[in-house]
Amino acid sequence: MSVLVYVENVQGKFKKSTFELVSYGFAVAQKLGTSVTALSIGDVADDELQKLGKYGAAKILNAKNDKLKTVNVQPYGSVIAEAAKAEGSKVVVMSASFSGKGIAARVSVKLDAGLGENVVDLPDTSSGFVVKKGSYSGKAYAFIGITSDVKVISLVPNSFRVVENSAGAAIQSFDPQLSENDFKLVVKETIRATDKISLPDAELVVSAGRGMKGPENWGMIEELANVLGAATACSKPVSDAGWRPHSEHVGQTGIAISPNLYVAIGISGAIQHLAGVSSSKVIVVVNKDAEAPFFKAADYGIVGDAFEVVPKLIEAAKAFKAGQN
Amino acid sequence: MKILVCISHVPDTTAKINFTPDHKEFVSQGVTFIINPYDEIALARAIELTDGGKGTVTAINVGDVSTEPTIRKALAIGATDAIRVNTAPRDGYFVAKQIAHVAKQNNYDIILCGRESSDHNGSSVPSMIAEMLGLPSVSSAKKLDVEGNVGTLEREIEGGKEIVTVEFPFVAGASEGMAEPKIPNMRGIMSARTKPLAVVEAVEAPQLTNVVSYDKPPARSSVKMLAPEDAGKLWEMIREEKKVI
Repeated sequence: MSVLVYVENVQGKFKKSTFELVSYGFAVAQKLGTSVTALSIGDVADDELQKLGKYGAAKILNAKNDKLKTVNVQPYGSVIAEAAKAEGSKVVVMSASFSGKGIAARVSVKLDAGLGENVVDLPDTSSGFVVKKGSYSGKAYAFIGITSDVKVISLVPNSFRVVENSAGAAIQSFDPQLSENDFKLVVKETIRATDKISLPDAELVVSAGRGMKGPENWGMIEELANVLGAATACSKPVSDAGWRPHSEHVGQTGIAISPNLYVAIGISGAIQHLAGVSSSKVIVVVNKDAEAPFFKAADYGIVGDAFEVVPKLIEAAKAFKAGQN
Repeated sequence: MKILVCISHVPDTTAKINFTPDHKEFVSQGVTFIINPYDEIALARAIELTDGGKGTVTAINVGDVSTEPTIRKALAIGATDAIRVNTAPRDGYFVAKQIAHVAKQNNYDIILCGRESSDHNGSSVPSMIAEMLGLPSVSSAKKLDVEGNVGTLEREIEGGKEIVTVEFPFVAGASEGMAEPKIPNMRGIMSARTKPLAVVEAVEAPQLTNVVSYDKPPARSSVKMLAPEDAGKLWEMIREEKKVI
């Protein structure tokens, strides 16, 4: 009957979004009068698994199997569904990461469970089971009732704060049935920049657009991001032109992010860009053009030349950070 | 090679979004509808892969008769033929069921969708179709190449990418970068009128979710402007007023 929380690891380590997810699962379990069972798949050491107990996992299922070392959506979906059945879970939660979205969809079908995808808040259980998600590319919210007996939720990273709730953290080995048919897709190569903060998980983001005039000018954007401890992002024209990698493109056809702070330098704020960033809690816009539409969607705005304003922001950020420590 | 491309009929990106007074439905009057942007990318790639007689591209849409102009656009862009499953698209699961049912009766080598639709932002249909058919899936692929009966895809992951290979048949959700959307030429537009558009009836599927209501986010309170010379005050201001740093 427990809430099953599938936790992702990157090279054997959990990220902040994992702890957010367990905290979320714990809050859902409380609403339903039950506990959290976390399910980890892959090669994660016991002392890393133990951390999940700090955020509410009463039990931790450790599905450690050579064939499951790399994330593979089809077999992972089978493992999670099997664990959910074994636990009698009525709610299965996972992160709406790139893999998570695909896995949640497959688990939903396996369990005949309604899927609340890309959810941004706790379910409302006052009348049924209703979850909130973004819709119309950030222009609206949809409240979706999940009416099936078993429910699957994928949670958007950075939409639920990490909360400490000490729980048992009893680690148990989980040995799932594996089917040949699940391994048709072969992972050849994984290329991941481990030194940079991953955009979808980032709390702070510094982004820039065509107003920077060329890739050679990105030094100050990277510096500002560095000082703030932020991830870097860019607008579509910039990634299309090859000035910045595609993985930095935020917008309707790029990545959707929901950081606590989004600083946009030299970006006009077209609707397609806003679609990717409108869930940001605080938006700062710096643009030479006072008529830039982005100012209408911003909390703070500075009309000025990026090449003059950003150095001031960097200096102030250094002092700000020094003052904090 | 037979490719099935799933097309969604969605409001134009710049459309103002309004809901009925009971907040349960999107108001479609006066709204221009288009092919979902990611589906256009999927369609373009499918056409590229089958170009020069190498195969066929069937466009499929789950919708009532109002979606036919959008389906014709897919034909104009270059799909070989099209299928409309005659029902309103209730939710992702329901749509996936309809498409999986049609796919079961045909031997598609690749089923391509856009990775998500711009109206419901679900990103689940491609993976659901795959699970229903017992096939491998890549929910967000930035590249798709084919050699013989093997697909090589670039899967999107946080802060990077993953190269995967999979034999036919499989399902993939197209993300940005897989192809440039194609603009229909005159010949395409003319031929769209006569290319086959079959209408089939929907199959039963359990209803697992429903829309309780839609709401618009509260507007941000008006922007606080700072003069460029005061830029240095920004971080303290944000810390004090918003507490996010």
